[in-house]
Amino acid sequence: MSEQVKTLGERRSFPGLLTVEGLKVQYGAIQALRGVSLQVGQGEVVALIGANGAGKTSTLRAVSGMLKPSAGRITLGSRDITGLKAHQMVPLGMAHAPEGRGIFPNLTVQENLELGAYLRSDTAEIQVDMEKNFTLFPVLKERRRQMAGTLSGGEQQMLAIARALLSRPKLLLLDEPSLGLAPQVTETIFRTLRDVNAAGVSVLLVEQNAHLALNAAHYGYVLETGEVVMAGPGKALLDSAEVRRAYLGE
Amino acid sequence: MAQLLQHLINGLAAGTIYALVALGYTMVYGVLKLINFAHGDVMMVGVYMGYATAIGLGRQAQSSLWGVALIFAAAMLGCALLGFFIERFAYRPLREKPRLTALITAIGISFALSYGFQLDLGFKLPLPGGYELSLALPGASPRAFPEIIRPTEWLIIGDRDVVIWNWQVISFLIALGLMLVLQYLVYRTRFGRAMRAVSWDHRVAALMGIPTDRVIALTFMLSSALAAGAGLLYAIKDTSVSPLMGLYVGLKAFVAAVIGGIGNVPGAVVGGLVLGLVEEFVVGYAASTWRDAVAFGFLILVLLVKPGGLFGRVAAEKV
Repeated sequence: MSEQVKTLGERRSFPGLLTVEGLKVQYGAIQALRGVSLQVGQGEVVALIGANGAGKTSTLRAVSGMLKPSAGRITLGSRDITGLKAHQMVPLGMAHAPEGRGIFPNLTVQENLELGAYLRSDTAEIQVDMEKNFTLFPVLKERRRQMAGTLSGGEQQMLAIARALLSRPKLLLLDEPSLGLAPQVTETIFRTLRDVNAAGVSVLLVEQNAHLALNAAHYGYVLETGEVVMAGPGKALLDSAEVRRAYLGE
Repeated sequence: MAQLLQHLINGLAAGTIYALVALGYTMVYGVLKLINFAHGDVMMVGVYMGYATAIGLGRQAQSSLWGVALIFAAAMLGCALLGFFIERFAYRPLREKPRLTALITAIGISFALSYGFQLDLGFKLPLPGGYELSLALPGASPRAFPEIIRPTEWLIIGDRDVVIWNWQVISFLIALGLMLVLQYLVYRTRFGRAMRAVSWDHRVAALMGIPTDRVIALTFMLSSALAAGAGLLYAIKDTSVSPLMGLYVGLKAFVAAVIGGIGNVPGAVVGGLVLGLVEEFVVGYAASTWRDAVAFGFLILVLLVKPGGLFGRVAAEKV
């Protein structure tokens, strides 16, 4: 259905990393995704925006293996990863900070972070990454012996991102990082996201807050009822009348 | 006073056995949110495996140190294997189905084991060299469990006011040792971290790269092995073994797990000890016929006051 996608502007070129083609997901009788195609380049930040129920979260879940797609093809690098299980995606360089943060409240902050590095055995390097994370999010260092359930919402979001980074991903999938957070906290998180990206991690970002997402992203896709309806550089989408009307409330 | 001390000791000895079985319920519930009603019957099968090993070893060898070690090892390994197969072929296919389906399956496995073991089935397999391997199910009637630990009085206080038997001490130490190993495993190792993550949310745990199916299978094997160990201790105490012992001990241990707060590891231990003590005091100071009534009454009381069990928390979700 790519002919129905309205494309604005020129995409800056990045070497390819993630390619999704004709992705379909079915929940019983309900078709959540009806053929989604998108790309994320190496070092690129890509935003998925759209209304509730448009299929943003389902897209992320299908990419990370939490959901089994009913059709379509997903490739990471040169490897076809369609239908792999979630735990098989991690060693390939995929990290998913899921909707609702998905921290383990019954474990300490430190233990949560160690789980992020579950598959790694390079103890010394893990320590280096741990320290890097503590520089990005100093509050996590202060609270590392606390149960993760006692953190505030913003701290939990930071923990979720820090934990995802500990697997040393090439691609970070981030689902609604701003959900339920105060504006300053959201700002901190998005600033960190830029640092993470500057360090070479590609990001596929799902956001309710279109303004925030498109400002942070190199490229964006607009999802509507399980389909991509529009695509373009973040700035171009922000300037488009349709997006402003539908998603920015203007 | 001496009487109180004696009851305390007996109660703790019984309680540690309940605690070991309760740990199995609680761990499996932790990772799968499944009440594994077949757990007691897996324990029973373990006891029979130990029984068969003891008979095979003969009277002399079965009570030697290595003989006892071998009996425990055979029962625990055999049960771990049984636990693996039950999870793989009965529960895993139902993982995404409504929880009631798995629960009913668990009850089905429980009955299949406890009544299957009462059948009169057996066959003989000729082996080269004139030997014969005979395998047979034990049949319905209870059998005397061999005295793999010869009962001797370990400590006598006063004019036999308090008697501590060697098997009570040994049983207590074995149970304590197993619990410490488990505690270490769950709270200090990478596998334990993975287990606790799976227990919170297995879908998110998979996003960490944790192979959740393997963690769940290992949890089943671990809990089954613990059950086998506990079952042997129970059989030594009770000096008998029967196909229905799993239903009875399993139910009691389940009560212990719920009293402690199911899903909570320290809770299962405390629940087991409390239940053992409560039962012993009822038998000692009231009447033994009241034992089960008081045990279940105590469960109702705990649930009325603390619905999540003594250590259970009613989870508050943060959005």
